[in-house]
Amino acid sequence: MVSSIKIETPLDEETISKLKIGNKVLLNGIVYTARDQAHKRLVDELEKAGKENRQPNLPFPLEGQVIYYVGPAPSRPGMVIGPAGPTTSGRMDTYTPILLEKGLKGTIGKGRRGKDTIEAMKKYKAVYFVAVGGAAVLISKRIKRIGTVAYEDLGPEAIYRLEVEDFPLIVANDVYGNDLFDEGMKKYRKVT
Amino acid sequence: MREITSEEVTQAVENLCISSNCTLNEDVWKALREKLKNEESLVGKEVLEEILENDRMAEEEKLPLCQDTGFTTIFVEMGQEIKVTGGDFYQAINKGVGNGYRKGYLRKSVVKDPLRRKNTGDNTPAWVHIDIVPGNKLKISVMPKGAGSENMSTVKMLSPTEGVQGVKKFVLDWVKERGANACPPLVVGVGIGGTFEGVAKLAKKALLRPIGSKNPEPFYAEMEEELLKGINNLGLGPQGLGGSSTALAVHIKTYPCHIASLPLAINLQCHAVRHATIIL
Ligand code: SF4
Repeated sequence: MVSSIKIETPLDEETISKLKIGNKVLLNGIVYTARDQAHKRLVDELEKAGKENRQPNLPFPLEGQVIYYVGPAPSRPGMVIGPAGPTTSGRMDTYTPILLEKGLKGTIGKGRRGKDTIEAMKKYKAVYFVAVGGAAVLISKRIKRIGTVAYEDLGPEAIYRLEVEDFPLIVANDVYGNDLFDEGMKKYRKVT
Repeated sequence: MREITSEEVTQAVENLCISSNCTLNEDVWKALREKLKNEESLVGKEVLEEILENDRMAEEEKLPLCQDTGFTTIFVEMGQEIKVTGGDFYQAINKGVGNGYRKGYLRKSVVKDPLRRKNTGDNTPAWVHIDIVPGNKLKISVMPKGAGSENMSTVKMLSPTEGVQGVKKFVLDWVKERGANACPPLVVGVGIGGTFEGVAKLAKKALLRPIGSKNPEPFYAEMEEELLKGINNLGLGPQGLGGSSTALAVHIKTYPCHIASLPLAINLQCHAVRHATIIL
């Protein structure tokens, strides 16, 4: 068993500076859901606000927050949320650096991150957590409350606010530029 | 001629959509447990434990194993002495898919148009492959396929002289580059031969074979073993976070091909290996 570190959102620099790749984390507090379309809208607004020289009108403040890439299955009556495992993070790579620049501190998904995103995490001090892809039922039990935040027209792709308890994660990219995907492969690779 | 009503087909497909999404076949359970026993990485072990615990919870509560309940691929083997009565066969199948995804609280993940992307609302249409076979039985296999692993699949037209080595190299390189995003431990479906469109189908159909079963042709059985070993030596591990459990199996399916071509397809299957079959 890997021992786990409990942390709470919003995340500050001190907390995440302690996280290293391979750490198991139990996250508590609020995470916001967003997938492809929601990311596009967030970034469009940031760019527009930048051009018009005004404060962006975002559905939630990015500072210290964590985004979870997820599109849950429908919930059965009596359940908080349906099965809700992570989706592939790489699809969000075009949008992530600008969100990190604006204060986002963590992202949760599955699979590798692109080079630009990893660099941006180092530069703006943010981490990428992997939730186990396909562990959708187990993960959904750690979500205690759900509320809609914005873009309801997107259905399962809308932005939801999730209250999570001991949400099980693994640090895959830390603020020091390390990448567990690379390091893990190097460590366990056998040359034949 | 043996008659089967379209309602029977609809009902069968409805049941298969739900059971395939909410249960794992015994071969998959066995393979995953085996991996947990032998995994070298602590993080890898942790991931495998979480997967097994998830799958146990899903079966117990009759919930889908994964939220991505996929695009529904359906393989039909229709005995040539079968007559389907009472309506259009494809409609009967799609009705079953719609019912299953609604009643099973499965995610509707299909858009009507690839570029204009409006959700069809009931996960239809399915992609249906029909083979006509001798006899009077109707065999239906439902395979919901998530996008995570489907997106990490490919077709490559090799040149014939690249041969066995070329195939092996391409498969190993591909899994190394793309495997992490497809939720390993994987089942790697490999199609070799046939035509451009046919080879992809071979790779997908190869995924239906039970894990642990041997390829009937010794030449390919050996190649599967070598590839499996090679893939597990890559070090990707569960979820790509490092370890020795990258793949549960490699399944190869082949077909004769043109003298001037060597089609190759790789269809990656995530650890949520979901398919269910009924014979009517
Ligand atoms: S690749 Fe498979 S296990 Fe992973 S999220 Fe997609 S359907 Fe689920």
